[in-house]
Amino acid sequence: MAGESESRIPSGPAISWPSVLVVFLLLAAASYGALIKAPEEATMGLVQRIFYFHVSSAWTGFIAFILVFIGSIAYLRTRALKWDWLSVASAEVGVAFFTVVLVTGPIWAKPVWGIWWTWDARLTSSFLLWVLFVSYLILRTLVDEPERRAMVAAVFGIFATLDIPLVYFSIWWFRTQHPQPVIGNGGSLDGRMWQVLMLCWAATLGVMALLIRIRYRLEAMRMEVDALRLEASRNSR
Amino acid sequence: MSLVHATATILAKELRTEFRSRELLGTTIVFVLIVIVLFSFTFNPTSSESRRFGPGLLWLAFLFAGSLMLQPSFLREQTNDTLAALRLAPIDPFSILAGKMAANFLFLLLVELILLPVFAVLYNIAIFPILAPLVLVLALGTIGLATTGTVFSAVAAQARLRELLLPLLLLPVLAPVLIASTEATVGLLRDPSELSPVWLTFLTSFDVVFLTAAWLFGEYLLEE
Repeated sequence: MAGESESRIPSGPAISWPSVLVVFLLLAAASYGALIKAPEEATMGLVQRIFYFHVSSAWTGFIAFILVFIGSIAYLRTRALKWDWLSVASAEVGVAFFTVVLVTGPIWAKPVWGIWWTWDARLTSSFLLWVLFVSYLILRTLVDEPERRAMVAAVFGIFATLDIPLVYFSIWWFRTQHPQPVIGNGGSLDGRMWQVLMLCWAATLGVMALLIRIRYRLEAMRMEVDALRLEASRNSR
Repeated sequence: MSLVHATATILAKELRTEFRSRELLGTTIVFVLIVIVLFSFTFNPTSSESRRFGPGLLWLAFLFAGSLMLQPSFLREQTNDTLAALRLAPIDPFSILAGKMAANFLFLLLVELILLPVFAVLYNIAIFPILAPLVLVLALGTIGLATTGTVFSAVAAQARLRELLLPLLLLPVLAPVLIASTEATVGLLRDPSELSPVWLTFLTSFDVVFLTAAWLFGEYLLEE
């Protein structure tokens, strides 16, 4: 039974209920703000209210991808698996938020632009970004050994995040040379709309933090189970 | 052994391995030829249409070729168990990666230069007047392709389904290269022809960003 205490990997305490409650209250307030409190947009009407969650999800997704970058670099520097757990948790949550962006976008675009999708700069780059991090997650499923998986995923994660600005600039320059579809907000945003947007962003950030925390703990526990199983099979032999 | 010297040694080794069999180059050239023929069915390859779609198709064919051709770069070492021997050498680990990148760059550029005239003839594109700037664009795009491709080849070599995985990792990351090289080539074919400084700068920055990233983080991939 020697070495039992060292081999255990700390997965951290369970998610505390107050933090869940805070995030839910934020989410409720943001929904109230976006659906009822915010003024109705003059030309687009009701469907414009999707904008608050659409934009805040995109910003939050970006932050999650930046966390992948930080986690990947920190893993390569320290070789502590906890950084890999942060990367995988952030990548999954980031992909989830970008899925929300890619689904809510067309729902808004159909009544406003009359089409579900157009190969506009921002749409194309969001789509490509989503594909990049889906590839990251697929790569992770194809490597079994934890240390090796963490290492190759970290290198690819760094390359993928470095690609984000390049993707944006290239597509932006590429598309601005072509006729552009009319994008709704040429002007400035109403003050109250800004407040609601910020509230929504705070709420989605809260959801992101919570989900990353849960997914991180799950990954840690998975490792712990694997380690225990290995130990058990060694002891029985 | 200095980095440059070690890199040159690895490069020479890669070239020697390839030119003994020439299987990689031959197969890739035929593959791109097949892609070029198949593309001709997707649109009417008249002169004006070719000028519009040709550069994109050409670059797409090169990217596909790269995503298949770079596969053996690390796989060869793995099947022969020679990567461990390379790692034991008293050289900077980055030089292994750099030598392979340089070799892959030369292979890809050679394939491109052989296929460029074929493509020009088949698709009625006059490339002679713009040959020098076109080769510059080809070289800059190919540096980006070879850099990321070599690193991802090392990534994919450690995973299952590696043949399928490499294109999956490589193609989305290379989307900016596809756009920039295609647009630069389209600019060259325009009348009057112009070499867009924006896209040249962009390709150069892509190469610099990923060469630096490969230099900083690539050597982790060579660990056992």
